[in-house]
Amino acid sequence: MTSIETPPVVVVLQLTGGNDYFNSVIPYTDSNYYDNRRSALQIAQDDVLRLDDKLGLHPTMGPLQEIYQQGDMAIIHGVGYQNSPRSHFRSMDIWHTCEPDIVGTEGWVGRIIRDLDPRGENPVTGVNIGQALPRALVVPGVSVASVADLSTYGLLTNIEEEARRTKILERFSNMYGQAIGTGAVKEYLGRTGLDAMKGADILKEGLSRYSSSIEYASDAIAKSLRDVAMIHTADVGTRVFYTQHGSFDTHASQPAVFDKLWTEVSNAISDFWADLREHDADDNVLMFLFSEFGRRVRDNGSGTDHGAAGACFAIGPSVAGGMHSEYPQTRSEALEQGDLAPNLDFRGVYSTILEDWLGLDAVPIVNGHFEKPGFVAA
Amino acid sequence: MERHEDIALMAHLMRRAGFGADRDELERLVDQGYEETVEQLVNPTDDIPPADDLLLYRYIPATETGGPNPMPGAANWLYNMVNTHRHLEEKTTLFWHQVFATGNSKVDNDNHLTAQVQMFRKHGMGNYRDLLIRVAQNPAMIFWLDNNENHKRAPNENWGRELLELFSLGVGNYTEEDVFECARAFTGWTINAKIPRQPYHRFSWSYTFRPEEHDFGQKTFLGHTGNFDGEDIIDIILQQPACARFVTRHLYNFFVADEAQVPAWDIEPPRDPDAIDYLSKIFVDSGFELKPVLKAIFLSDFFKEAMYQKVKSPAEVVVGTLRLTGDMKGPDKRLMEMGQQTNYMGQSLHDPPSVEGWQTGRDWINSGSVVKRINFVADHVSNPDLPGVQSIVRRVAKNGAQITPDALVDRCVELIGPLEISDDTRGELLAHAEDEGPISYATDVEYAELSRRVGDMLALIAATVEYQFG
Repeated sequence: MTSIETPPVVVVLQLTGGNDYFNSVIPYTDSNYYDNRRSALQIAQDDVLRLDDKLGLHPTMGPLQEIYQQGDMAIIHGVGYQNSPRSHFRSMDIWHTCEPDIVGTEGWVGRIIRDLDPRGENPVTGVNIGQALPRALVVPGVSVASVADLSTYGLLTNIEEEARRTKILERFSNMYGQAIGTGAVKEYLGRTGLDAMKGADILKEGLSRYSSSIEYASDAIAKSLRDVAMIHTADVGTRVFYTQHGSFDTHASQPAVFDKLWTEVSNAISDFWADLREHDADDNVLMFLFSEFGRRVRDNGSGTDHGAAGACFAIGPSVAGGMHSEYPQTRSEALEQGDLAPNLDFRGVYSTILEDWLGLDAVPIVNGHFEKPGFVAA
Repeated sequence: MERHEDIALMAHLMRRAGFGADRDELERLVDQGYEETVEQLVNPTDDIPPADDLLLYRYIPATETGGPNPMPGAANWLYNMVNTHRHLEEKTTLFWHQVFATGNSKVDNDNHLTAQVQMFRKHGMGNYRDLLIRVAQNPAMIFWLDNNENHKRAPNENWGRELLELFSLGVGNYTEEDVFECARAFTGWTINAKIPRQPYHRFSWSYTFRPEEHDFGQKTFLGHTGNFDGEDIIDIILQQPACARFVTRHLYNFFVADEAQVPAWDIEPPRDPDAIDYLSKIFVDSGFELKPVLKAIFLSDFFKEAMYQKVKSPAEVVVGTLRLTGDMKGPDKRLMEMGQQTNYMGQSLHDPPSVEGWQTGRDWINSGSVVKRINFVADHVSNPDLPGVQSIVRRVAKNGAQITPDALVDRCVELIGPLEISDDTRGELLAHAEDEGPISYATDVEYAELSRRVGDMLALIAATVEYQFG
């Protein structure tokens, strides 16, 4: 745990679709990277953004190189789990529920929210920015505010005339209040309705107070992270944010797609942290990036197919910047079905966040004990 | 008033045995009679058309694709739910998807999820024994529960266990030894994979029996000993009194009233034990035919008295709203996005959270899903461009040239349901209507204003606690 006074906050950014680890964090002195397996995609040594004498970032990740050089970014290598099915949906499910062998029903982030706010007192303890609720946040009985777009979040936002809408919402509020005491399920519905309205009001108020000199780009991840910054700086008690960007499923035309995505993500992250610093609200935040798997070492001519091990990134003033765990072996014989082989279980990475950052007991959340990489500063 | 009660009962029947009906259809069905309507739902004649899949594939070919992505399949199914006239057939299909819950998160071959849904559509109201065998031989199910990994020398218990626990008997009605013996009997029930014709496409599966993988040895299962195969196991399962009770409790939970969650069934007695006794007997006496049980449900008093005793599932919210408002008829271009609406509310079709299906009843509701539910319905019922909304406005405006706030509330509550609301709720709706004063609709301008006010009232009703029940 760090010695911060405000409660720690986590921002999870999911890189949906399987990010190409081998071309994100590039072993630029490794001849295995420059052999004929990657001829369509490999980045010339001079173009790699160097982090140390072995590894560098893809040229589109300039803002992340800066963050790394300031010591605010940890790169966790070779993350995955045994017998990767190399299926997006199954893989994502495993990351979401921490259950590689059976189909799990509780999401790890939902469990965090339940632990942080066991009585469900704050309807915005957990906030998802996106349309559907990822399974990571789903636990029966745990409320999560799921916001597709903060500027239009709430009930009946299609009614443009504000006075009319306010009047109708007052009626809702009265009706939900009256449901209290009318039987278990109705009462629960009424309370949930009130919670939803309260959550929307809290977020809306936060939105109205927000002002910033940072000009975010107009792409989806920039908007999502700006929404996160707005809610976080409003200080409404949100402890876990979840959002995603994609699709990193670059089977074809990888250079174009991958470059665009990482340009967007890198800039959005950089703007996000600048925004938090401007509001003096960065100290208690840790950002965590993951993808459901890495991609195949050998390219297919214009892209890459599904792989196994990937990298996770942790960003923020409280992370122990630098490299953690080992970059997987790149020799052909060391690959697992042609893919970089995982050497660190993702549940250990979660455990670091849970125990060393949030101060929670990781075991019941990730379903066991796993080796923890030490990427949170002591 | 008799008319109101007949309409309310018919609306209840159509919400449960289908996805609801608009007022015109309800009136037609009341004229036709309740029993005749039940008969038509349970035994739809060949001239009652299903949704036209060929038309769908002609205009939105993407809904025929699958692979890793469950979205096209969900859109395909939504189209069927909105457009079919074989209401109970489609509702029963959804029922079996909830019971034999199979998810593309693992199957990763969505065409086979669609094929499974089509199988439920075709055989879901037939014989339960026949259906269990079809499920046991369904490629998506075989892969989902690892029966392709169930070998003579290395039995995999996944299918064997879920068959007993979730598909036929329920916890507490078999031993671990029975699970193992059951799994042995299904060894060799596996899938053949045909190599795909294009890169990145999925293998096309078909059921096959591999004798060399099958354990032909003697097995002891639920007190019976013999050289059983899967069909024998299913026959022994059907002899257990627990089986008919388990399946009819599922039917009761889906069609009549919310029960406790399935895993609690060996602890919690049924909500209505007499109803389960009654339906089980019919099920057994008919040789496990589903139609007599479904018919008995819809004709029973306990069904007729169970109006609004269930929290609507997201599929019921979405499809019911589309049917009420007349939206999304035919192969609409918005189908792919519309197919995700149930997902936003917590029910991703083709992708249940686990083999236990969705947690239903009050568990459909959380502060995220409630926002999606209310906004989806409210946006639809307040949209004056939709034919179903226009029809409601026309009915509100019939007789005379003006309407009191009182009558506005009553007519809207009647036409969106008819819904039963508490006095408190009615008080709020009335206060809202009174705030805006009396309404006349003698001129076009006034009629447009009436449209707006009816839309607002319907949106308010959609947000009530009462409206979350179906």
